Amino acid sequence: MNDRNRKNFIILAIIVVMLALMPFFVRKDYILSVFINIFLFAYLSQSWNILGGYAGYLSLGHTVFFGIGAYTSSLLLLHLGLNPWLGMLVGAVLAGLMGLFVGFLSFRYQLRGIFFAMITLAFGVIYRVIFTNSMILGGAQGVLIPLQKPSFLTYQFGSKLSYYYVGLVMLVVILIITVLIENSKFGYNLLALKGNEGAAEALGIDTTACKMRATLLSAFLTAFAGTYYAQYLTYISPETVFNTNLSIEIVLIAIVGGMGTIFGPTLGAFLLIPVSELTRSLLGDKAMGLHVVMYGVILIVFCLLLPSGIIPSIRLSMRSRASENA
Amino acid sequence: MLRVDGVSKNFAGLQAVKEVTFEIQEGEMVGLIGPNGAGKTTLFNLISGFIRPDQGSIFFKEKDLRSRKPHEICRLGLTRTFQIVQPFKNLTLSENILIGALNRHNSYTKAISVTNEIIDLVGLARAQKRYGLDLNIVESKKLEIAKALSTDPALLLLDEIMAGLNPTEVQQVIDLLMKLNRNGITLLVIEHNMRAIMSISHRLIVLNYGVKIYEGSPEKALKDSAVIDAYLGEEINA
Repeated sequence: MNDRNRKNFIILAIIVVMLALMPFFVRKDYILSVFINIFLFAYLSQSWNILGGYAGYLSLGHTVFFGIGAYTSSLLLLHLGLNPWLGMLVGAVLAGLMGLFVGFLSFRYQLRGIFFAMITLAFGVIYRVIFTNSMILGGAQGVLIPLQKPSFLTYQFGSKLSYYYVGLVMLVVILIITVLIENSKFGYNLLALKGNEGAAEALGIDTTACKMRATLLSAFLTAFAGTYYAQYLTYISPETVFNTNLSIEIVLIAIVGGMGTIFGPTLGAFLLIPVSELTRSLLGDKAMGLHVVMYGVILIVFCLLLPSGIIPSIRLSMRSRASENA
Repeated sequence: MLRVDGVSKNFAGLQAVKEVTFEIQEGEMVGLIGPNGAGKTTLFNLISGFIRPDQGSIFFKEKDLRSRKPHEICRLGLTRTFQIVQPFKNLTLSENILIGALNRHNSYTKAISVTNEIIDLVGLARAQKRYGLDLNIVESKKLEIAKALSTDPALLLLDEIMAGLNPTEVQQVIDLLMKLNRNGITLLVIEHNMRAIMSISHRLIVLNYGVKIYEGSPEKALKDSAVIDAYLGEEINA
């Protein structure tokens, strides 16, 4: 275990050092904002990966947890003046509870596969409708986050650079968590129940408890990104944070990079977010929606060439080469 | 050690198991045989908690199993294998075994050493780095036993682990089962290979259409008219 952990931590350290030094060379606001976007989506996709990738439970409703995070800290700040760092924790706890509730509803009836995807998708839609229609929660026009004196304590910064580093730290934290999960009993139990729940039960694994824990952790961590998003953009609305497209984007990134791998979702974000930015900036003004079409074409090509995701495909080819040599 | 008392299970009108009663003592090797569809695997599913009996009770070490989930039953020391092998395909053979060991022993180093012991015991050392989906049938069958052993069972239910093996491989598995039994594991074995089941069983239980039709020594089973009828059909001019 320690060998593999060491290898993963070395890869992680290299990534961190490179990204931490990047702003010393490139400091354009536009580039930084692309990276902030990458960090946000990488983080979201990594959080999703704990449940969707390792446990194999495809959630299409992670906007629920993202939105709870964003709205909780923002509304608490707006109405009670609560510090967003604390609001972030409250939001994460609420999202975790919501995760447990969704898990309880689903796992009690052994929902899995497409049925779990459907119930989570439905929750995403329900949340969007609720937030759009209740005035107390800001209604359709959303919530403006009150501006405060920029400082670390207020979670509001004058420059994009600070958001860049906060995003980087969040990404690093979730990568460390993922490395630790992968080489733990919990991680093995998730992989086992993804492979075959009956066989996992027969080996003494409490599969229901494992799934609940994975959902709780995934939801809890996803909510942090909500607060980050809200503080960065200083404006949230049901249309943006509870958007089904966002749920799908989170999943797509993990699929392209490699579900159930440590670095897959991050790799996916580093590829897809720039691609989507590029198509938008190159084609966005040429014809309505053309950039979305291009983006779709690129996704299709990805899926055709590497159907199991980039990292698993590389692993598979290494594995078959190794067995040929053996 | 295991007491099955008047257990019945009905699947939408099909009486899969009907009022089956038997006991297994610690240290025994008991064979469970019967024609296809006799209810053997259903009985395993009932004992291991994957399905619940309509009637009757099942006790293991004086604990009622009916209200327990499969993983709880496993933790009590009763582990089953599956007739259709269920390796975790995207994990290596040693990881497949490690999972059970990790859930039994809380220390990682202990789990690793248990895993290595089991790999040696079942003779899978050469395949330990291979992935579940790359294993052949013999390795998969042995892995099925190895996974079950990783949970450190007192009673092991084996469901047709010799099906699909050639005579040499069957002999290897027989030797392995004998060794496990000497090491103190009680065995309840479903098997179609009659030579194998005769050579390892202290006692035989025969099911037909969900009903227990025989219980006793393997030798006498071959002479028992109900057993002969079940396997060969009734004689025409009887």
